Amino acid sequence: MWEIYALAFLMIVGSLVAVHTRYLLSAVISLAVVGLALCVAFLYLQAPDCAITQIVVEVIALIILIRATGVERDLLEIRGKKEVFAITATFIFIIVFAAFAFAALTYLPKFGYPVMKVAQEYVKKGLEQTGSANLVTAVLLDFRAYDTLGEATVLFTAIMGAIVVLREVGRKEK
Amino acid sequence: MLFFLSFVVFLIGLYCVVIRKNLLKMVMGIVIMEYAVNFFLILLGYRMGGVAPIVTEEAKVAKFVDPLPQAMVLTAIVISIATLAFIVAICIRIYQRYHTFDVTEIRRLKG
Amino acid sequence: MSPYRETKQGMTRIVKTIAKFVMPPVVLFGIYMMLHGHLTPGGGFPGGVIIASAFVLLVLSFGREVTFQKLRVSTASILESVGALIFLSLAVLGMVIGGWFFINFLPKGYPLKIISAGFIPFANIGIGLKVTGGIFAVFLTLVMFRIVAKR
Repeated sequence: MWEIYALAFLMIVGSLVAVHTRYLLSAVISLAVVGLALCVAFLYLQAPDCAITQIVVEVIALIILIRATGVERDLLEIRGKKEVFAITATFIFIIVFAAFAFAALTYLPKFGYPVMKVAQEYVKKGLEQTGSANLVTAVLLDFRAYDTLGEATVLFTAIMGAIVVLREVGRKEK
Repeated sequence: MLFFLSFVVFLIGLYCVVIRKNLLKMVMGIVIMEYAVNFFLILLGYRMGGVAPIVTEEAKVAKFVDPLPQAMVLTAIVISIATLAFIVAICIRIYQRYHTFDVTEIRRLKG
Repeated sequence: MSPYRETKQGMTRIVKTIAKFVMPPVVLFGIYMMLHGHLTPGGGFPGGVIIASAFVLLVLSFGREVTFQKLRVSTASILESVGALIFLSLAVLGMVIGGWFFINFLPKGYPLKIISAGFIPFANIGIGLKVTGGIFAVFLTLVMFRIVAKR
């Protein structure tokens, strides 16, 4: 169990570095570290489907972000005058939010003993009702196939939106 | 305690979106929040001493980890890259229009 | 000599040679992961993203102009639409043949064989084509957009 704690601390440190660094390219690389620690944490939590998808999707996301930050050369963080009131108000809000969340998260079932009411049926009858050995695929494409149809629709819509926004090919400013 | 650590990662992403003035730093905050939420969902489904939910010859009656959050997180990861591409496309258009990524300057120039 | 060796754009000659050799095994691995979705971890989603990343490797290493003669945006759009139509037609066929929407109408077969589990392999192929076309199309659009930044 100490492995998952260590990976969670690595994620916290990596995201703190990504928030505070001045160079945008370094922030993108710290984001890569967070994603990689998340993938290894998925492997320790016995979720190999999610680990494969996370590492492959993270590579594509890094390429897209580097394309966005490479528009200007050496893009730096913008330092205006520090607004003291906004920063202290944010800190107070975050501390209050964290205190309430800490009290609320104790009502969840203990870590490692989930309440599997619906999933128990999927696990017991998955192989004989669908014939597929991978239970996650059986849930995704047979028991809950309607959600996969909705996900395909959302993917199509978002990609169509991105193509429409950048529509003119090779447009040059006159 | 592990649930609270994943929530701390979410709060760091939220802080990044609220405080920073650069548009691309806000996008990175959104990505950090997505990582934290996926981590939390898989943590909910873990079972002590459980194995991955794949039925093999010798593991027909074994303790399986909950497969339902894993299916949901799988679709969530793929949707997050489509929305990231959309957000970055809008950021590139904003840069072409206003020639800066600074949010305070974009708010001042109107039209 | 082939035309792409002499262009000055793209990366160095070492990267171009290695990318030329590495890309077919990556596509093969993506197809393997799509087809064995019901036996091993994986499925349509990671398989589609892996094939898209093989095409992204080609665009990154050979430069923009050379790759656009072979792979266009219209190819990626057609792939995405075909994948979505396969998935939808499986759902509607379930309503026509069986009783209700999305019923698994093909026979179930023996477990742990590749021809088993009803229509799940075909649904994985449809989802994989859709994800491949989508991610490659959005990458091409982001790369093709030329920004002239003047102050």
